[in-house]
Amino acid sequence: MFNMLLLLLLLAIGVNSTTYIESLNLTLVLQTSTFPETPQMLHGTAPPAPPTDITGQDRPNDAGGRTVVSWTKSADDGQGKNSVQEYVVFRSTNIDGEFTEIGTARKGVQEFVDISTTDGVEYYYMIKAFDGESFSEPVLSGAITSSAQWFHVGRVNMLVAVLILSFLILWFIQRAKKGEELYIRPIAGLEAVDDAVGRATEMGRPIMYIPGIMDMDNIQTIAGVIILSRVARKAAEYECPILVPTCKSIVMSAAQETVKEAYLDAGRPDSYDADKIRYLTDDQFGYAAGVDGMMMREKPGAVFFMGCFYAESLILAETGHSVGAIQIAGTAQPSQLPFFVTACDYTLIGEELFAASAYLSKQPLLLGSLKGQDWGKGLLIIILIIGIILVSFGFQQVVGWLTVG
Amino acid sequence: MRRQGPLIITFITGAVIILQYFIPHRPFSDLQQLFNTWFLVIAVFALILGVGNLGKIHFERVFRRRENWPYSIVLILGFIIMFGAGIIWGIQRGTPFYYIFWNVHIPMGSTMFALLAFFVASASYRAFRARTPEATVLLISAIVVMLSRVPLGNFIWKELPLIGDWIMAYPNMAGQRAIWIGIALGVVSTSLRIILGIERTYLAGK
Repeated sequence: MFNMLLLLLLLAIGVNSTTYIESLNLTLVLQTSTFPETPQMLHGTAPPAPPTDITGQDRPNDAGGRTVVSWTKSADDGQGKNSVQEYVVFRSTNIDGEFTEIGTARKGVQEFVDISTTDGVEYYYMIKAFDGESFSEPVLSGAITSSAQWFHVGRVNMLVAVLILSFLILWFIQRAKKGEELYIRPIAGLEAVDDAVGRATEMGRPIMYIPGIMDMDNIQTIAGVIILSRVARKAAEYECPILVPTCKSIVMSAAQETVKEAYLDAGRPDSYDADKIRYLTDDQFGYAAGVDGMMMREKPGAVFFMGCFYAESLILAETGHSVGAIQIAGTAQPSQLPFFVTACDYTLIGEELFAASAYLSKQPLLLGSLKGQDWGKGLLIIILIIGIILVSFGFQQVVGWLTVG
Repeated sequence: MRRQGPLIITFITGAVIILQYFIPHRPFSDLQQLFNTWFLVIAVFALILGVGNLGKIHFERVFRRRENWPYSIVLILGFIIMFGAGIIWGIQRGTPFYYIFWNVHIPMGSTMFALLAFFVASASYRAFRARTPEATVLLISAIVVMLSRVPLGNFIWKELPLIGDWIMAYPNMAGQRAIWIGIALGVVSTSLRIILGIERTYLAGK
């Protein structure tokens, strides 16, 4: 626009400089036209060497609509004149038809994923190297068609692992159903649950149960609500009030139902108070402030942290520690575990959080699944040791076998 | 049916989510996103329950003059002001909601976050007391890693950053990976229990 005005101004004032007007025209051409299809020297420099060996294929393991075009770098990309700045990708459904630019790839890159194809349609791709001033000779691909796949072949190893683990869990559940006694190693944090509830009762203080800050779509929150059921039942038996501040509305509803059912099971439905299971806020630190305030006012005798926690974990645990509560935490967030280990009396580390429900209920079916999980872990340890030995002796294929696509 | 309905929904949803991980073809590839959208819709409606619960508790506290009732007035006023400002003027830049959010809400959240520094100090003091051999190892490792991350560590001994990196890359990483493997197995086991209806406590079941 500015050039156009300048050109009109020059003409208006009668400047007759052909060279300058030509150069302005050239600039205008560059700004308004599409990329040319043949090599073009704009300033007298030789065009870069073209890329070679262009190939294409359907993008594997996807829902269709994508193809992958690959090429070998131009001789002037990184070597030679080292002038290539990018590769421009054009596409057409007819090899003799008009090619439209669909994107670019940086220098050094040898692949372009076209994410806008129609399955079943044949596409031809044209690649040109561009050095900022001129294009190389174009190179053309053959016909490429995209399609959707019904199975992700890169995840066969994961499927095998899931099947083996599921088989082990179901097998042990069946054994438990037949009445076989299954040994589960003692977990100190879970052994202490009854003691914690008892201690709070003796002190005449309530229990506080915090199911984390995530919603019910998080498996840790579900595990937290499951454990809440066992704790609430024990609290109902001891007639110890239980406070459950929640960070999400759905968690509040689930916790209310769970505690209500636990009180019903314990034969004390009259002691259930829905207002003790309350929603505070969705805001992370607003929730931390609210729970801290409740702790300082109510002075709970026992605090349970069971679920998914982030930076608020230590703020909550240290406040609980300061009011003298016995604290049991459980989370599958490795980054928060050190804080809980430091500030709480007992900590359920990772898998122990998920084992808690089965452990506390002592139901054979649940214990069977726990046993299967332990066997799965044993199997994984064996695979890891074998993998380490094989890789140490140069058998690198094992890395590919264990990598999930 | 009160029990079976949710269990059937759970089974179908869980099975479909697992299948879509292995089947990239439509409609499976779109189902997880669809379920996530449904969850968001449910969560929005559930928010009404949460706000209702919050209002009920605090209005009751004010009307019955229970302990600390003036704080409930602050909460109710805060809610009305933010809600009203958002409804009347919107939440874009330059609106009262935007101003209050950035000048009251965010600083208060930051203040809570800043308290973490003091809590870390008090917790570290307790954790790093060398009462047992394990605590002594923890103490020494922590000092080495902390020093290796600051210029002073390099000044004291130029090998210190390398030792700090080694602690983080090997013993620390090995421990973290062991925890992750346990978590992954626990997640699979718990998910299987829930999908198959063996674990139904979250539905307030026995």
